[in-house]
Amino acid sequence: MVTLLFDGLAYGMLLFVLACGLSVTLGLMNFINLAHGAFAMAGGYITVVLTSRAGVPFLAALPIAFLASAALGLLFERTLYVHMYDKSHLDQVLFSIGLVFMAVAAIDYVMGSQQQFITLPDYLQGRLDIAGAGIGRYRLFIVVLCGVLAALLQWILVSTRFGSRLRAAVDDQRVARGLGINVGAIFALTFAAGSGLAGLGGALGAEILGLDPNFPLKFMIYFLIVVTVGGTSSITGPFLASLLLGIADVAGKYYIPALEPFIIYTLMIVVLILRPQGLFARAR
Amino acid sequence: MSNVNVPHLLLSRHRWRWPEIAFWLAAFACLLMPSKHLILNEIAILALFALSLDLILGYAGIVSLGHAAFLGAGAYIAGLFAIHVNGDPLLGLLAAAAACGVLGFITSFLVLRGSDLTRLMITLGVALLLGEIANRAAWLTGGADGLQGITMGRLLGLFEFDLYGRTSFTYSLVVLFVLFLLARRLIHSPFGHSLTAIRDNPLRAAAVGIPVKRRLIAIYTFAAIYAGIAGALLTQTTQFVGLDVLSFQRSADVMLVVIIGGAGYLYGGLIGALGFKFLQDWLSALTPQYWHFWIGLILVALVLIGRDRPRRLLHSVQKYVTNRWQSLTGSKAAGSSTGGA
Repeated sequence: MVTLLFDGLAYGMLLFVLACGLSVTLGLMNFINLAHGAFAMAGGYITVVLTSRAGVPFLAALPIAFLASAALGLLFERTLYVHMYDKSHLDQVLFSIGLVFMAVAAIDYVMGSQQQFITLPDYLQGRLDIAGAGIGRYRLFIVVLCGVLAALLQWILVSTRFGSRLRAAVDDQRVARGLGINVGAIFALTFAAGSGLAGLGGALGAEILGLDPNFPLKFMIYFLIVVTVGGTSSITGPFLASLLLGIADVAGKYYIPALEPFIIYTLMIVVLILRPQGLFARAR
Repeated sequence: MSNVNVPHLLLSRHRWRWPEIAFWLAAFACLLMPSKHLILNEIAILALFALSLDLILGYAGIVSLGHAAFLGAGAYIAGLFAIHVNGDPLLGLLAAAAACGVLGFITSFLVLRGSDLTRLMITLGVALLLGEIANRAAWLTGGADGLQGITMGRLLGLFEFDLYGRTSFTYSLVVLFVLFLLARRLIHSPFGHSLTAIRDNPLRAAAVGIPVKRRLIAIYTFAAIYAGIAGALLTQTTQFVGLDVLSFQRSADVMLVVIIGGAGYLYGGLIGALGFKFLQDWLSALTPQYWHFWIGLILVALVLIGRDRPRRLLHSVQKYVTNRWQSLTGSKAAGSSTGGA
């Protein structure tokens, strides 16, 4: 039971790190970026190449994956995404689906369509016995790392100057502009950070979620659920939504394996019927 | 503005113009190309599917990431109906249409909730959910192997489905034409105009007394029926259903079809289907495994350039030819160049 809860927790934390960038960019620019998963995939593949081909240790590969995906995100934001902000949602959806298709085919071409594996260092393998419950070391590592990241993000958002500018821009872009806040620069930075976090999530999650060229398509629905259920106005909303989704998914897999794939959809529909604006969102 | 005769303007849009007549003449002339009937059949079905998406996307402004849900449901129901109940194609078509209508009606309540983002999630989620059900219920649907053993009866008791697709293509084309006429009639009715009003500004539409929710439910159900019929045609003419009819790829492809042809003027889906199939043929001959890369590139480029460009080009060609024709014949038919919006 505790093991199960813990696995769900780790899974949910991973989803949070993967999706939080999306929720911030969505809240900030009202931009629907379905290609968010492509950045996560990029991070995952970078880690695979670094650890298995270049011999870089796993822990050193993680920051590199973060930075590389962030750089990639910044590049795309400045060259392509920047033209899309004032277009309709349909255009944004088409544009980002196009990017996903290109990313999927490109990765397939370069790396092959097979599942990729990351060899974890010895100290992250195996289980720990804590109070009679077996807890995977790697899961523990993920929970601690993602928990620290979530706390850090919350701190940045609430207590720093950048955070207050970001919140101002999310709340009312025009007024924020009028007060001299450079919304474009804030957005570029946030987009880069979000892509970087997605990349980190992809790197961490390769072991648990699996990594193959279809990754952005497979997890698109998860990201959408986290963002719609959690809302885009804060970081706690997506965080709680991710945990809920993660625990429900893992518990469902264990208790009713026959219905496993239906749990998240049922959850999605129930939440939507009860709270159309999302579980934790302020009604607008 | 005061001297615009509104009923006259609306009626003039409803009138058949020569490009439309030429289009359908050309479409039926394709019946004379027996060697191409198989691919033409695919194009006609894709066109119907795209027409269905165009109804909700181009006219009601609902962005759907999972329109394949209805295509797939229609395909499976037509297949199961043929196996377990009756092999008559038209009855199968009706069964699929009815079932998809019910499905569309039920899901429309979910789709109506929330913003564009929630709609994306719901439509995608419903399609994935159905795909998962089809995958799990292997005893019924054949799972990953696909639904096999479908034998269709003769069409109208007379025409057998042959290997070369002659009956199939004629059947699909006639169904497409009839449903197109129906859609055209619908779009030019007050109902259709109220949909465009909702698309352009839901708040204002509600303010002038249009029951926004009911209209959206109606058109969503209607589009679901169209997609279901497209799926049923697919099953009946290929006599096989695979899991891929419910895949995300299908939903994305049909979106591209509508975008290539242009959304919101009914012919977009039909022209787009033609363009898409040729594109697909050409690209998959070029790079068999990776042709979706080029599809993605086309999507990105289309959006960056502006996706109404091809349609505007078509419009200017139509205007040019009409003007040319008028100056040649010397007749000045009144108001014939007040083109659609």
